[in-house]
Amino acid sequence: MTVSIVVVSHSEKIADGAVELATQMAPDVMILAAGGTDDGRIGTSLEKVLAALERAGGESGGEQAGAEQAAAQPSGTVVLTDLGSAVMTAESALEFLANPAGVLLADAPLVEGLVAAAVAAQGGADVQAVREAAEAAAGPPRQPEPARTEATDAGPVSSASPDCTGDFELVNQAGMHARPAARVAGGLASLDAEVTINGVDGASMTGLMTLGAGKGTVLHVEAWGADAERAVEYVGGLVEAGFGEP
Amino acid sequence: MTVVLDVNWAVKWLTLCAQAMAEHRVELIELDRAIGDSDHGENMDRGFQAVLAKLGEATPETPGAALKMTAMTLMSKVGGAAGPLYGTAFLRAATALGDAGEIDPGAWAGALAAARDGIVARGKAEPGDKTMVDAWTPAVDAARAAADGDGADVLSVLVAAAEAAEAGAVATDPLIARKGRASYLGERSAGHRDPGAVSSALILRAAVGAAA
Repeated sequence: MTVSIVVVSHSEKIADGAVELATQMAPDVMILAAGGTDDGRIGTSLEKVLAALERAGGESGGEQAGAEQAAAQPSGTVVLTDLGSAVMTAESALEFLANPAGVLLADAPLVEGLVAAAVAAQGGADVQAVREAAEAAAGPPRQPEPARTEATDAGPVSSASPDCTGDFELVNQAGMHARPAARVAGGLASLDAEVTINGVDGASMTGLMTLGAGKGTVLHVEAWGADAERAVEYVGGLVEAGFGEP
Repeated sequence: MTVVLDVNWAVKWLTLCAQAMAEHRVELIELDRAIGDSDHGENMDRGFQAVLAKLGEATPETPGAALKMTAMTLMSKVGGAAGPLYGTAFLRAATALGDAGEIDPGAWAGALAAARDGIVARGKAEPGDKTMVDAWTPAVDAARAAADGDGADVLSVLVAAAEAAEAGAVATDPLIARKGRASYLGERSAGHRDPGAVSSALILRAAVGAAA
């Protein structure tokens, strides 16, 4: 079961809309909205947040949430919030939880962070990694290079060369927008490979989106690791099919 | 007549809180209109009316249980920032009191300190930021001093806390807000009383009324 996500917003519509958007990119992830007050006003409600956290934690054990499943360790939940008091309400909810260990608050922009977190969860990332994905959405794109130079320090340049590479031209009208970026990042996250696309981390949806790659742009894919070839093929397949878009 | 801070006192206290919020609703709205978003009176009134409704459904067994129920209700019904702030205050006070059936002077001072610490942890405000912390901090200090005095009785500790909170609220008038919505106004926030400090003083004054 993937990590679940709870969205806390002052507005019911914002929470529902953000969930709708993220669900489109991560259909297998449980993403729950806790927006507005109990009586539909602008504000946040502890009861709504607790109910969402309960569902997120309880149902991640299986379809038949019984007493046995409740004892099973759920995969964890990441909470995204909008403004000030939503953060306070989410923090308060953690204080009420019997076992808050698997619940992490992400300090991230709501929409960008949620989409990045949802894609990471869809790719099978653990609860820490899902939070990191959300929080990275606020900063500059992540560059996976440092780890690589460390592994090859003082070695010949050739040893740093990728195990597999490929060049693919974007053929769909909209290029590398949110949905394609989610599919690329989500798929790569589940492979045993480090992948860069035009220099950014291929498993980072926000990184891919910052490329601003439109139709006609050639994506240079470099991959390292056991699944390097599969990773390049995966990206190539999606790009050449135009992500199933016109 | 000996004053006993038991669950009956706690229920009366919360009932008087609801009365005070209803009576001062317009005043709190006006204060908040000057430096905030004018919803504080509305929100506090709604929150404590919900607490009253909960008290009507079931009678809590201990003061701590009454405060915990209040915490949950305020956090769910108030809506604005005051919800989690007051909710955390009542929750931390409830935790400090535990299962005790009666509150002695030291326990009340301890509960107030726990409440204040909860507000600070949640809202990250410090004394002098023109927030409810400016009512709570002097109240905690005064309650502690009164509780540590010779032959301290609970009523004098309640009174000390309420008076210090009221003075603390008045002392927010000249301050420039550094936290919350009022901080957007910068220097223009000076010359207005902080609504959160005022509602805090009302709550601590109601605690005295319940023991009288």
